[in-house]
Amino acid sequence: MTQVLELKDVSVALDGNPIVRGISLQLSHGTIGCLLGPSGCGKTTLLRAIAGFERVQQGEISIAGCPVSNQQLCLPVEKRHVGMVFQDYALFPHLTVTENIAFGLSAMSRVDRQRRVHELAEMLKIGDFLNAYPHRLSGGQQQRVAVARAMAPKPGILLLDEPFASLDVELREQIAREIRVVLKQDGITAILVSHNQYEAFAMADEIGVMRAGELLQWSTPFELYHQPACAYVADFVGEGVFLNGTVVDPSRVETALGLLGGDELHGYPMGSRVTVLIRPDDVIHDDASPTHARVVDKAFRGAGYLYTLALPDGSHVLSLAPSHHAHTEGEMIGIHIEMDHLVAFRAS
Amino acid sequence: MINSVDRAPEGALSSLKTGIYSRLPMLGILLLCLLLSVPVLTILTSITSSSDGVWQHLYDTVLGDYVTHSLTLLVGVGLVVLVLGIGPAWLVTMTRFPGSRILEWALVLPLAMPAYIIAYTYTGMLDVGGPLQVWIRETFDVRFGDYWFPNVRSLAGAVAMLSLVLYPYVYLLSRTAFLEQSVCVLEVSRTLGASPWQAFTRVAMPLARPAIIAGLSLVLMETLADYGTVQYFGVSAFTTGIFRTWFGLGSLTAAAQLAAVLLIFILFLVMIEHWSRHKARYHHTSNKYSRLPQIPLTGWKRAAAMIYCILPVLLGFLIPFIQLSLWAVDTWHLVDKDSFFTLFMNSLELASITAIIALLLGVFITYSKRLRPTLPLRGIVRVMGLGYAIPGTVIAVGVLIPFAWFDNTLDAWMRAHFDIATGLLLSGTLIAVVFAYLVRFLPVALNTLDAGLGKIQPTMDDVGRSMGLSPLQILRRVHVPLLQGSLLTASLLVFVDVLKELPATLILRPFNFNTLAIRTYELANQERLAEASSSALMIVLAGIIPVIILSKSISRSRPGHDSST
Repeated sequence: MTQVLELKDVSVALDGNPIVRGISLQLSHGTIGCLLGPSGCGKTTLLRAIAGFERVQQGEISIAGCPVSNQQLCLPVEKRHVGMVFQDYALFPHLTVTENIAFGLSAMSRVDRQRRVHELAEMLKIGDFLNAYPHRLSGGQQQRVAVARAMAPKPGILLLDEPFASLDVELREQIAREIRVVLKQDGITAILVSHNQYEAFAMADEIGVMRAGELLQWSTPFELYHQPACAYVADFVGEGVFLNGTVVDPSRVETALGLLGGDELHGYPMGSRVTVLIRPDDVIHDDASPTHARVVDKAFRGAGYLYTLALPDGSHVLSLAPSHHAHTEGEMIGIHIEMDHLVAFRAS
Repeated sequence: MINSVDRAPEGALSSLKTGIYSRLPMLGILLLCLLLSVPVLTILTSITSSSDGVWQHLYDTVLGDYVTHSLTLLVGVGLVVLVLGIGPAWLVTMTRFPGSRILEWALVLPLAMPAYIIAYTYTGMLDVGGPLQVWIRETFDVRFGDYWFPNVRSLAGAVAMLSLVLYPYVYLLSRTAFLEQSVCVLEVSRTLGASPWQAFTRVAMPLARPAIIAGLSLVLMETLADYGTVQYFGVSAFTTGIFRTWFGLGSLTAAAQLAAVLLIFILFLVMIEHWSRHKARYHHTSNKYSRLPQIPLTGWKRAAAMIYCILPVLLGFLIPFIQLSLWAVDTWHLVDKDSFFTLFMNSLELASITAIIALLLGVFITYSKRLRPTLPLRGIVRVMGLGYAIPGTVIAVGVLIPFAWFDNTLDAWMRAHFDIATGLLLSGTLIAVVFAYLVRFLPVALNTLDAGLGKIQPTMDDVGRSMGLSPLQILRRVHVPLLQGSLLTASLLVFVDVLKELPATLILRPFNFNTLAIRTYELANQERLAEASSSALMIVLAGIIPVIILSKSISRSRPGHDSST
């Protein structure tokens, strides 16, 4: 089966400055991908290169098996059959909601056009204000209209540029889930750009973390969290701290929390210095444990407390404990470690 | 008395109200604004008065011509400015070609050229005795009449001249509209299958339409207001008609009635302009501005874009400017330096006095409006704001009538009671001239100051107060530094407008009092075009100042659009 989107070693430069370097990834039919990274990492530029707004300097972009961008070629945007949702929605202020959605359907017959508009209106729950002008709509409503408009011509791939950034924080994840359901229902392949990992987790099947123009890891949200490919990804996704340690055998590392590791080989030479990723959910509060740590800070998280604990050697770890285990700062509490995978990187 | 409902956005200055800022000055401002509305009201009420058959005479003879000619001018100029304005605005905003950065602001330059001056210049260049026709006759050895050459001094010539200097209004407003459009809106249309041309016609143009209509109505107002060009080209339009009715037929009432008809046209345009601006607000697309992707043009497209954008600047500014400079150098030895100095000082004096008064009144009125935006005050400021749209000839007639009435009444009264003849106290004095200028140009100062004061958030006053500053300290340390730019801009705009003004000065000036504009007009009408060039050049050079101010404020208008990169 051909991939809907395929990038081979793509580099993009703006005004001579390299923005994106050597990126390769694939997206199969019906999957939702996400480019995640801090602002300025080049994720939006990459998305715009896929849409055809920017030329590629090197490499090749293919949509549905056909090359659309490489060093020689840059198929015009309107020939690529991509849909795009912009951060500020960019609704046409001089057109009604219906006319906005139908903008890309000029080739269709009147009847088909109406049918498609109503189909989308129902899916995205915007049927009540089809005749309104955009300035009368709330941010959430505008966002749905923008998605409907982009989906209307059944694009081969839907590109979403920070689609939830202009929404209220409380709404973001909810709408992200809803949009995900709609996309899945319509069988649309999509790729979104975001700097917010919770949005990415709520929406995407596969996530790529980017930094300074490079793609560091492309995998499922679960793998990203539990098996980060590098220290940067480990730090960027989820919470956690790094503990210094020394390799004692092919699968284990000696740290301030004792011997950590399992059955898998970590591949570092004996005696070398490494740092080990400790997630808050790896550190279990256990009164019976012989290992003790001192509470230096705690933050209430509703269902639990996030404790910052000082180990005897002075290093800190985080621990997520149910909120009925209330301890005060300065108190010593027992902890033990439960880890499925050892995540270790060479110490710098 | 202030209740919370009609309380203005205000701050520190509120306490001034109870002190020095009591009701008396407020009443004064109302009266002042009323006074400045007198000319407009005079013209409007003149419709009902009798003109002893002169109106009937006009109706039977020339009124039809006035209407046809003015309408032809409107249609012609309207069409040409759309072509000259919109295309270059789109090209310099969305594409890149050699010189596009310079053209961005150079396209505004013709605004510095008063229509009557460009008309004189082209006449001098293209007339039978002008260098071009002489060259044709010498080169091809033909005589006048043996070859076809367009006559500059015609209705079509007037359309061309007015279009060349007025298109910048359409250019400026459509360019601002294109700059303010979210690039995303254009890009999204591309992802929906629209070609670049379709993105322009289906999205960019409809979005810019209100702004373009607003620009067009400004052009049409100026077209109707023009006196110098149509007079020189012998086109009988409303403005020349008013002048002739007053000086030729001696009927001020009939002149006022003609002016009233013109005023109704103008008011109609003002309404269109207001309505378009109102509509444009809803066409605001985004608060987020990304980098404008300017498409580099190549090949024939590049050449075509360059020619298209250079032509208006060349014809509307560069060629006449160079010609004027050449003439000025040639004829400088003929100019009587003493009288030229007097002209220069007269213009300078009038312009400075008007600018200073306009600034003082402007600040006073703007602050009053901010502190107490009562209904009568806002209403009267609105009526006063119409001043700028009203042709100088109309205002002049509107000033003549009440001033003459005042002089005559006072004179009669003084004679009856004290046996003293006061004669003409106001009519034919500089007071009348400056008053007319204020009616016409105070709105310019008001707009600028309003916009400047609007940027000072009431919360800034509150912050100052919370840090223990007194109202006067806030005025000095917050308002004055923030308003400085607007104050300077306002006075400069009024200054230059006064310098360029022709018809009102011509009608109202004291006997034998000349300005640069008047002298240019007189010399041109005596067919001494080359000699008119020194004073014309002075006016054009002064006119460049507001053009620079405008260009600066526009390139600042779009965050993220830096014309230096």
